Amino acid sequence: MDNMQRNKKRDIAEKIVEAIFLICALVSVVSVAAIIVFVFYKGLKPFFGSDAYSFFDFILGTRWAPSEDTYGIFFMIVASVLSTAGAILVGVPAGLLAAVFIAQVAPKSLIRIIKPAVELLAGIPSVLYGAFGLGIIVPLIKKISPKVQGQSMLAVIIVLTIMILPTIVSLSESALNAVPKSYEEASYGLGATHMQTIFHVIIPAAKSGILSAAVLGIGRAIGETMAVMMIAGNPTAGLPDSIWAMVRPLTTNIAMEMGYASGKQSEMLFATGVILFVFIMIVNLTLIRLTKKAGEK
Amino acid sequence: MKIRKYISAALCTAMVLGLAACTSSGETAKETQPQTQAVTESVKDTQAPSNDTQAPDSASGDISGTIVITGSTSVEKILNDMKDEFQAMNPDVDIQYTGSGSSAGIKDTMNKVNNIGASSRELKDEEMVDGMKTEVFAYDGIAVIVNPANEAVKDITPEQLADIYSGKVTNWKEVGGDDAEIFVVSREASSGTRSAFEELIGLEDAGGLTANAATSEGNGPVQAAVAENENAIGYVSFSFIDDTVKPLTVSGVEPTAENAKSGTYTLSRPFLFCYFEDTVTDAGKAFLDFALTQEAQEIVTTHGGITVTE
Repeated sequence: MDNMQRNKKRDIAEKIVEAIFLICALVSVVSVAAIIVFVFYKGLKPFFGSDAYSFFDFILGTRWAPSEDTYGIFFMIVASVLSTAGAILVGVPAGLLAAVFIAQVAPKSLIRIIKPAVELLAGIPSVLYGAFGLGIIVPLIKKISPKVQGQSMLAVIIVLTIMILPTIVSLSESALNAVPKSYEEASYGLGATHMQTIFHVIIPAAKSGILSAAVLGIGRAIGETMAVMMIAGNPTAGLPDSIWAMVRPLTTNIAMEMGYASGKQSEMLFATGVILFVFIMIVNLTLIRLTKKAGEK
Repeated sequence: MKIRKYISAALCTAMVLGLAACTSSGETAKETQPQTQAVTESVKDTQAPSNDTQAPDSASGDISGTIVITGSTSVEKILNDMKDEFQAMNPDVDIQYTGSGSSAGIKDTMNKVNNIGASSRELKDEEMVDGMKTEVFAYDGIAVIVNPANEAVKDITPEQLADIYSGKVTNWKEVGGDDAEIFVVSREASSGTRSAFEELIGLEDAGGLTANAATSEGNGPVQAAVAENENAIGYVSFSFIDDTVKPLTVSGVEPTAENAKSGTYTLSRPFLFCYFEDTVTDAGKAFLDFALTQEAQEIVTTHGGITVTE
């Protein structure tokens, strides 16, 4: 009897603790759900009802002029995609090679300098990246640019590349370190050199980790707002015709105008948020599938 | 072992209960608060006559009622701060401000559906109906700035500004400067300064803002962008003129507070209230008086406006 009662009490205690864990876990699920519902509800409203705005004009338009009731964001989508692609194209190889250097090549004394530097880079607030971009990169670009201003897609790509480096480096490095020592030894045993081993054995074996580093890099690059807003130029219309052209990514469009926007303009900014959201989902899902495939191999 | 588990479980439950208690007590507190407030208020009301000598500031507390203000959106930031300040001093006053545009605000006053109309422009002759009164409580001035390295250009006209901002003119030599492309810096679409600037130079008629213009999210960033690029042109509130940028004269007139007030400086406008004596109410009248006090004028300065007293 006594024993059973005690067990019962213990069961209750267990249940309570479990419930607390569940509540903690639910916080993030509920937050995601709430944000999705809120953004989609607000963002899809302008496309329905009596004075609905054409969704195709919205998504294919190349001019943003709220005072004229014109809301086109195609040029912003292009800006976001190209800037992110540029940053990934430069940042992933550079970050991967840095990770290889730290994991395989560098002497201990150098690692002690490089690793903290990379970690510190990750902790710098993005507004400081923006200030750095505006103070150093934009004037430098202006000197070599055929255009009159230094605010450009190139400036955005450079700053985003620096911003995603720490993510790529640290995740790639742990992926490289997770490759079993036996692979490496087998490669050496077959007569491969150090570099051959790195590029033909270790990196392919760490592929899934490196890909997930790229995913997080893309996520950070496409969602970055503050630093980008300060150096992009943010024109109100027009597709970028070169890397020297000013761009207006989706994020900065929302950040610049949300503060004082009201009515239709505010709803259109939420609609911009919906597009951004969909983009991040597509990117994430695609790459999650990619990493899964790589993992299966 | 078991005891420890019990203790931890007990602690957890205590925490959860505590949290629940917190929220529920918080809620009940919130719910009961208005009631108690109402009670104290009624007590105050009944006691007020006998308490006159004790509270000198109860004179301002006497004012009560709702003030409906409609009109200009450009004055929104100044007005909201004034509203908060005034309501803090007069808790019984409820000010309802709707930003519907200057013309709509003036029309509302003419139709006597508001207590006070707010306008960010002079009233037109047909709007100055019999008995309507106006009170200017601030001026707004917009300075056109270029880089100090741009020595050739010193003066500009509103027409030239419209050409530059609409993209008709893209080279400084067309407005008396060196042969260099113009870097046009504007503001984000919800900026009051931008809408005032575009209205004052007539940009909409000129075809709207050029796609080649950069937009910055505030006076500071515009100033920074112009300070950093020798071919840039931008516009900011007067308070953002400093050594890093060069203000241009507009049609020969210097951008100073005096010139803005006298109206000789084109890129300026008054912020004013319009009202009728019979519809303004005592509370509204008190608010109009408040808008000219030093306290309220400081709010004007905070938001980059020019005070009437200055």
